[in-house]
Amino acid sequence: MSKAHIYKRDHINTDEIIPARYLNTDNEAELSRHCLEDLDADFVKKVKAGDVIVAGEDFGCGSSREHAVWAIRGVGVKTVIAKSFARIFYRNAINNGFYIIESADALDKISNGDEMEIDFKNGLVKNKKTGMDISFNPLPDFALEIINAGGLLEHIKKKIK
Amino acid sequence: MAMTITEKILAKAAGLEKLSPGTLIDAKIDIVMCHDVTTPAAISMLAEKGIDKVFDTEKIVVTPDHFQPAKDIKSAELHKRLDEWARRHEIKYYYKLGRAGVCHALLPEQGHIRPGEVIIGPDSHTCTYGAFAAFSTGVGSTDTAAAIATGKLWFKVPASMKFVLNGKLPKGVYSKDVILAVIGKIGVDGALYKAMEFTGPALSGMSMEARMTITNMAIEAGAKSGIIGFDEITKQYLDEHLKEHKYYTHFESDADAEYESTLEIDCSSLEPMVALPHLPSNAVPISDCAGKKMDQAYIGSCTNGRIEDLRIAANIMKAKQVAIRTIIVPATPVIWKQAKDEGLFDIFYDAGCVIAAPTCGACLGGFMGVLAEGEKCVSTTNRNFVGRMGHPKSEVYLASPATAAATAIEGKLTDCRKYI
Repeated sequence: MSKAHIYKRDHINTDEIIPARYLNTDNEAELSRHCLEDLDADFVKKVKAGDVIVAGEDFGCGSSREHAVWAIRGVGVKTVIAKSFARIFYRNAINNGFYIIESADALDKISNGDEMEIDFKNGLVKNKKTGMDISFNPLPDFALEIINAGGLLEHIKKKIK
Repeated sequence: MAMTITEKILAKAAGLEKLSPGTLIDAKIDIVMCHDVTTPAAISMLAEKGIDKVFDTEKIVVTPDHFQPAKDIKSAELHKRLDEWARRHEIKYYYKLGRAGVCHALLPEQGHIRPGEVIIGPDSHTCTYGAFAAFSTGVGSTDTAAAIATGKLWFKVPASMKFVLNGKLPKGVYSKDVILAVIGKIGVDGALYKAMEFTGPALSGMSMEARMTITNMAIEAGAKSGIIGFDEITKQYLDEHLKEHKYYTHFESDADAEYESTLEIDCSSLEPMVALPHLPSNAVPISDCAGKKMDQAYIGSCTNGRIEDLRIAANIMKAKQVAIRTIIVPATPVIWKQAKDEGLFDIFYDAGCVIAAPTCGACLGGFMGVLAEGEKCVSTTNRNFVGRMGHPKSEVYLASPATAAATAIEGKLTDCRKYI
């Protein structure tokens, strides 16, 4: 079961997700200790493996640092549900095999702490607390191909061979 | 079928006659830019996957810049990994300390950027090179790893938005003010996933340095790329800077190409602009914010750390004293030497500024001017997010080098026009 961490804000940027003062490493475990630090210093204490971040428009805007995806994945977050994603973050998530969800109404239908079940295949978020279902468009086929391969490098590795 | 310049470049890179926005392509990459923060991860990934190879040792350009010279042990380790890899693969264009500089200023200066080509790099401001009628975009470390190994990358062809820069820039108004005004109008996601194509008479009066400031900040509107067509000014810059492979093809948008939107900007009526914390889109004219006290001024970065920017700042600071900490960071060693030879360092020294070695440094809160809690900095950089230049409770005010210089003198946000 996944618990929701709600951030009702647009433009949550890469400096908030993983501040540049920690970019002197690319170690996922180290980065994850500072996940969302400048947005919510308590996030790393609250979050549990399998939890979900829910946010507004343009999530992950700013820098190209893939460290943002690593920090989020590293802390155990299963997926991010946002109204929209900044394009480099979107690419980075797909390239890392990290499934992210675009949903216009998730913020209205999920509250902080709600427990959810996510059916990636059928594009459905089931809010266990309210009983409400939120459908989303699954990622496009090319993105699924990359994700199913285990990320872009595994994907091209297969092609090279 | 009519196409935009972006569509034509991508069609060529994908080996297609035609394409339109939304088409998924596998594009040939002409240049991969690599720096110290995001490339070491790409190198490690390739090694892990057992595909430790480079597609072309002459098409990968390497320069440490973000934390160079190494600011601490961990960044030294990043530099070491980058260095070992670049040497092992005999990367031809590897700029080591002493010749290394802020990547987006260095690559054009050293002649690595050509019109009609596709350039990628694991840095969001890679969109800068669009000033040279090229397609360039920032990607992550995994994309970079894939491009290093294969020389190819997947793209979805972006729709284009046209920005017509009309009129002529008034005294004291620079390309930085233009792009801040544009982002202020459309917002930080106003061009999400799109190509921003800049055109119009105001551009023809701008140097390549000034144009790069505009395309550099396309990402601050969420864009995939920013692009400016080829003209005499582009040609002249390339004639002076391209050292090898002087051939290139330049494309232009068809007159009837399709744009998702067109925005006309009257540059003649612009004022110097300042983007207030904490978004680049919080742009207001200086008349709305003048007088706000600052603690630091920072003049540098891939946005405004080129020789023209330093000249503008020096002209204002000549025979004056700065009232706050002022940090000057020439973006590359060549710019550093030029500024020294032209006597700009004397002006900065006399005014009480500190002059740093080329680095991205404090732009991203790395080092060389990090802010304490509650401090405010007027900065010629590109981003003013929470905690960008230091403490999460510090504030960054984005402005042109002229506004930053005038503000340094008075210690508060100041209209640069009184010093010009």
